Amino acid sequence: MADIQERIATLYPDATFEAADITVVNIPDAQWHSLAKTLRDDPELRFDYLMTIVGMDWADSLGCIYYLNSTSTGAHISVKVTTNDRIKPMLHSVADLWAIAGIYEREVYDFFGIVFINNPDMRRLFLSIDWKGFPLRKDYDADENLNPVTTESERQSDFTDTWVEDENGKVVKKEVRVFGPEDFVVNIGPQHPATHGVLRFRTAVDGETIKKIDLYCGYIHRGVEKIAEQLTYPQTLHFMDRLDYFSAHPYHHCLCMTIEQAAGIEISRRAQVIRVLMDELSRIASHCLFIGTYCMDLGATTMLFYTLRVREQILDIMEKTCGARMTFNYECIGGVMQDLDPNFVADVHKLLEVLPANIKEYNKLFTGNVITENRLIGVGNLSREDAISWGVTGPSGRASGWACDIRKTDPYSIYSELDFEEVVRTEGDSMARFKVRMDEMVQSARIIEQLIDNIPEGEICVKVPKVLKLPKGHWCRFVEGCRGTFGTFIESDGTTSPYRLKIIPPCLPAAAVVDHITRGFKIADLITIGGSMDYIVPDIDR
Amino acid sequence: MFDFSLLTNWIHQALTSFMPEWLAVTAECVLIGLLLLTVYALLALFYIYYERKVCAAFQCRLGPDRVGPWGLLQSFADMFKMLIKELISLKYVDKFLFALAPYLVILASMLCFAVLPWGNGLQVIDFNIGIFFLIACSSIGVLGILLAGWSSANKFTLIGALRSGAQMVSYEISIGLSVVTMVVFAGSMSVGDIVSAQSDGWFIVKAHIPAIIAFLIYLVAGTAETNRGPFDLPEAESELTAGYHTEYSGIHFGFFYLAEYLNLFIVSGVATLLFFGGWMPLHIPGWEAFNSVMDYIPSVLWFIGKAIAISFIIIWFKWTFPRLRIDQLLSLEWKYLMPISLVNLVLMVLIVVYGIHL
Repeated sequence: MADIQERIATLYPDATFEAADITVVNIPDAQWHSLAKTLRDDPELRFDYLMTIVGMDWADSLGCIYYLNSTSTGAHISVKVTTNDRIKPMLHSVADLWAIAGIYEREVYDFFGIVFINNPDMRRLFLSIDWKGFPLRKDYDADENLNPVTTESERQSDFTDTWVEDENGKVVKKEVRVFGPEDFVVNIGPQHPATHGVLRFRTAVDGETIKKIDLYCGYIHRGVEKIAEQLTYPQTLHFMDRLDYFSAHPYHHCLCMTIEQAAGIEISRRAQVIRVLMDELSRIASHCLFIGTYCMDLGATTMLFYTLRVREQILDIMEKTCGARMTFNYECIGGVMQDLDPNFVADVHKLLEVLPANIKEYNKLFTGNVITENRLIGVGNLSREDAISWGVTGPSGRASGWACDIRKTDPYSIYSELDFEEVVRTEGDSMARFKVRMDEMVQSARIIEQLIDNIPEGEICVKVPKVLKLPKGHWCRFVEGCRGTFGTFIESDGTTSPYRLKIIPPCLPAAAVVDHITRGFKIADLITIGGSMDYIVPDIDR
Repeated sequence: MFDFSLLTNWIHQALTSFMPEWLAVTAECVLIGLLLLTVYALLALFYIYYERKVCAAFQCRLGPDRVGPWGLLQSFADMFKMLIKELISLKYVDKFLFALAPYLVILASMLCFAVLPWGNGLQVIDFNIGIFFLIACSSIGVLGILLAGWSSANKFTLIGALRSGAQMVSYEISIGLSVVTMVVFAGSMSVGDIVSAQSDGWFIVKAHIPAIIAFLIYLVAGTAETNRGPFDLPEAESELTAGYHTEYSGIHFGFFYLAEYLNLFIVSGVATLLFFGGWMPLHIPGWEAFNSVMDYIPSVLWFIGKAIAISFIIIWFKWTFPRLRIDQLLSLEWKYLMPISLVNLVLMVLIVVYGIHL
């Protein structure tokens, strides 16, 4: 870490450093693009993976914190770029360096109104096109008459804006068409059986061949990050269940970990084991659902019922312990809410007994089928470089040969003590993404096997102050969610509620990359590819 | 075997005894029409129930079991619901074509019923180009689907309709060729002659290898022709919501729905006719007692029973396989099925010429 800091300091004397859980580099906006290029391309640094862009409003200034990771050295760094102009805030875009930055910058623009110079597409990402104000700014006017609930259809536009610098260094706004005037554009979504929620792909097709896809999200944007700023820390937790509602435990786990780290709470071994058990059970349940719905998307409806059998069994186990089947709200700050059900161990053993036979059956019925092979192999190839540049993590990233499992790269909780393999394939096509998930179920079962008979005794939840205040500062933690790297960022001003809570979802990159990998494929392949990315819309929209 | 022509002749004579010939024929036509409509509706309802039960069995479920004993009345209830639903009129559709399309689809399958060999002497019309008529009629259906997709003024339906057009026109070739293969063997295009030629053994046994190849090709192409999974691209739910019939509601949608099941029956019925002896009972040479018992089963049951058994295979396909992609679908037809059919036709001609058959 020290030599990275030294290297940056010699190249950019203006840069200053702050110590936090991940070192922060402060850099003026004018030098930001060149620093970003150095960070990405310098052979000793190689920060090729942009984890997220956190937009911030520090009252006197607006800005972004960029979280970067190097996939070769595993080093983390964050860069803070600010602007004092609150009327027309502008920063330089890095969309040309990391492909996913384009989408992340749109999100920041949507919430903070910061315009990114040279970003080719500066539309809002989640809010409607005519929304007034930028909701995550601290001076946002939440008057409901400004943005009334309307019964009219939302205005649509085929145009987007881009700000570019002319030769005098003056920033000018340009209007660009999203699609060509002759394009035949089909709306896939927002109400569509294969988008797995209210997501919309505006798809330009030439016959059956896809020319371009415009991702249009925000249909179930609930403003979780904004709401969280008005809640106390324990109250923010239950929103995590409502992001990836197919596998809520890892998300809950992540926010709990972030708050515990900030508050310096050490949780008991028993709670750790229970959390990991629940995470892995969730992973099996989530992948079961993926396999089922994916097969259904491809027309093999029967598989759904076979996979739901296992998922049901897991949900029954969860229900006995957590009292819920979907929004568990089980992990809490300091541990978990309730103790395990008395039959938990026996139930999990029963599950582990039937799981191998079920996986074998899935492979027999679906994986080896010649139609399946024709539909999946070689469809939607995502190279390792693209996966990193687009920030596609989780099973989809590992199918492209990128070993991005947070449980291995940055082990949290008790994962470092556990014996399991990270499933990585190199083909990068839809079949690889399917098979990675299939194999991950086996690995999750392995983790559960190691823990289930050794759940230590102890308290399930340590004592936490009734009124929880975090010290000033910011923290960012990542976990391996069922669909990829999930993170939460908390900035605290020392009060009982977060100054800023940023959720870093794995599904936004997964949906954003669909345009890149479907071009030239058929409409039917959009379903194959979209399904294999396994995004879930509430997680994208938040 | 009971010859139903005795019954029909008796009715004809009874009618002509008190009314002029032309009036009797008209009355018979109306009667047959009503009868066919009833059979049509009942068969469709049965097929809906049948498919639900079969698919439920594949999916570890029970299927309908609440309405009536064993859920038997479920499809009646559904049909009633469909009948009383509103026909939603849309703004930008081509009203005339939009309303015409479902009737064309229904008409196509209705006409095919005329030449199916329902039982011994129980056939609406038996003329010398019966098979030819059947192929011609079943092709009208694609017109209805194309019109439905086009007139709905919706991009999804349009894509569905174009897919359907490409698919059905392609697969008609394989169906035609495998039918021609069997016609070569039977030496006749008359449905009645084809059935009676199988009285000493079904064609699938008599014409062995080429007949089995033709049957397999027919089964695949027939599944494609009925737009059923794994070839259900025109209405691929996950891609095109409901394909060409997305914009239809009420009984207009019901017509498409019924026609799909009836087409399934017709495809299976034609397979029965060409390969499994039509209404001919199962006879095994030398087993006289067995054969005479088989003769006691009415010929109508033989025909419908065989058709339902073949439908089972097609339903089995649907609930097992994932869907093909349009280019894979077309290359399966043009690169594999059609060349094989052509070679198979030559093979059949050789077998007939040299008499290498049972």
